[in-house]
Amino acid sequence: MSKARNNIINRLRTTKPEPCHFSERDHLSRFNWDKEERINRFVERMVAVRAEIIHASKDDWAEKIAEICQEKRLKNMLVSPETAQGKVLYNMVDQLPDLQSYDHEIEDWKSEMFNQTDAGFTTTLGGIAETGSLILWPTKHEPRLMSLVPPVHIALLDTNQLYTTFSEVVKEQGWVDKGMPTNALLVSGPSKSADIEQTLAYGVHGPKELVVVLIS
Amino acid sequence: MAKLSDFRVRVEDALANEEVRGNFRKAMDGLMSRRLDQFPDEAELERLRTQAMAIRSNSLDNLPDLLEKLETNLTKNGIQVHWAETVEEANQHVLAIMNKHNAKSMIKGKSMVSEEMGLNHFMEELGIECLESDLGEFIIQLDGEMPSHIIMPAIHKNKRQIAKLFQEKFPDIPYTEDVDELTQTARKILREKFFNAPVGLSGVNFAVAETGTLCLVENEGNGRMSTTVPPVHIAVTGIEKVVEKLSDVPPLMSILTRSATAQPITTYVNMISSPRKEGEMDGPKEVHLVLLDNGRSNIYSDPELLATLRCIRCGACINHCPVYVRVGGHSYGTVYPGPIGTVLEPQKDGLKAHGELAQASSLCGACGEVCPVRIPLPSLINRLRYEGVRQDQSSTKDSGSRRKTAEALTWKGWSFAAQHPLIYNTGASAAASFRKLMPSKMGAWTRVRTAPPIAAKTLHQQLKAKGIDNE
Ligand code: SF4
Repeated sequence: MSKARNNIINRLRTTKPEPCHFSERDHLSRFNWDKEERINRFVERMVAVRAEIIHASKDDWAEKIAEICQEKRLKNMLVSPETAQGKVLYNMVDQLPDLQSYDHEIEDWKSEMFNQTDAGFTTTLGGIAETGSLILWPTKHEPRLMSLVPPVHIALLDTNQLYTTFSEVVKEQGWVDKGMPTNALLVSGPSKSADIEQTLAYGVHGPKELVVVLIS
Repeated sequence: MAKLSDFRVRVEDALANEEVRGNFRKAMDGLMSRRLDQFPDEAELERLRTQAMAIRSNSLDNLPDLLEKLETNLTKNGIQVHWAETVEEANQHVLAIMNKHNAKSMIKGKSMVSEEMGLNHFMEELGIECLESDLGEFIIQLDGEMPSHIIMPAIHKNKRQIAKLFQEKFPDIPYTEDVDELTQTARKILREKFFNAPVGLSGVNFAVAETGTLCLVENEGNGRMSTTVPPVHIAVTGIEKVVEKLSDVPPLMSILTRSATAQPITTYVNMISSPRKEGEMDGPKEVHLVLLDNGRSNIYSDPELLATLRCIRCGACINHCPVYVRVGGHSYGTVYPGPIGTVLEPQKDGLKAHGELAQASSLCGACGEVCPVRIPLPSLINRLRYEGVRQDQSSTKDSGSRRKTAEALTWKGWSFAAQHPLIYNTGASAAASFRKLMPSKMGAWTRVRTAPPIAAKTLHQQLKAKGIDNE
């Protein structure tokens, strides 16, 4: 045990602050939004921060993604061949740009990732209506940098997984009991900054474009 | 004339600089009105503030236990924890990690605690490069400046000044005042740095004891880059940043981002609970957390001043401060400016060094009204004024050091006279009778103002003449 640690803890232990009695600490979700309202709020928030929203169905989402790729003239896209949704995309390679899988450690191909990758496609664990956020728990099949380094991030969101607030997500998805992953993320739009004269500029360090494909 | 303190010199310079004053005014006006739009329902805002205060109070009530729990859970998750009583110790921890990896440079996400540590300066003396990657921090680092605001470090500059700076530092890139183009220049330069950096350093917004999770909020993605691309990640934070439960994070985060930059949420919320695991393809292989005390445990021992540690560094008190908007962030000469700096800095570094800041307040109360965790900032500023000249109830460093004998005697005399009507009235009539003898210059106050003349008759005499007599 370090000396600093003991000194700090001991100093803190000499004081016993008045305990706080606020029950307000647990005051939770304040909204009562049905599914339609959740979708509307989510879309409104996302559009406000310049994310693109594409509405799709269970059957045509993959084609919609092909259209987006064409429109944006993507030459290649990172897609996991291991997820159910990734498999669908690998089954229609002729309509899509060159699909690449992120199946080796970043150190082995950092330069290609940074310099030659046009887009990353990821699934999500759901979304949050209040703030317009995507929930991502990167895995070894869909690693952390997939949604960060390429200039375009395309994400798939099932509207059945659209929650009202972040508090609700933590509770209903049982984050504490499940145990937290290496990295959990909320993504609410493309990368941006207002550091120069409070003027918004997009695509600072992360993706310049975020496309959310909403499956209803 | 008495020599002006460094603080006053900086204030006078700042007040004379109209360009910078304009930059602050414009930014703060925008921030205040946009924050208000985020909280349309006042009753709801008050509830949220009470909730946020309760969460932070709970953290502080159980601080030693929660810190131990945090350490246990982080360690279990594979994150290495280092404790530092002083900034020197914290810098040494970071240095030891750098040396272990033979690292000669680091890329930094935004971290006010690293500013508090003077980390960049410390490392540069040893030939280690620290590159700021937050756009605002990058800009001021280019110009060799300190942040002028805890959330928007380059807020004192306008785009013309930034364009000129870029032209001077990157002469190969054509001059532009276009914000998008300036941003893309920074993106290009920094991407390469992320690519090569052996170590990434970041701050922490909340550290969750229950799960051993470090939460970071940001908009640009530089925080995610710094904590994901380099093989080693070092996080630095103050010991007060711990919260008990994961469910404490959503409400705190929501009021933090809305109070700070009027956003319902930042673009990224980055929750880190472990280094790269077996089979994972990216992320740092080592994650370290340096927990810094630097006077916080001393603040903790005072039941009133303890409230200072509830702060979630949103910057709202700064944005709403009528003094800050006029004198700007650099005048304070401290890491944290504005009301929170005024309260925190003298407690951290002593009243001798920064006690004067407590005088630079009109006690208008705006800061206390907007603080999302209900820190009674005006009362604390008042308390520190008291501590500056009195030693009786204080644990604050250098209490009583600002006491001036003449001033103390004057007040003693005044308070004696005020309690003895005969003396008071004689004095007041004498002042009225001899008012012509009053010098027109009376110290600092009359340097830029005309002294008001003393009335020919005292208030008591005037009232008596009207037939009102309370004696
Ligand atoms: S004192 Fe309150 S208002 Fe000021 S930065 Fe801290 S939390 Fe925000």
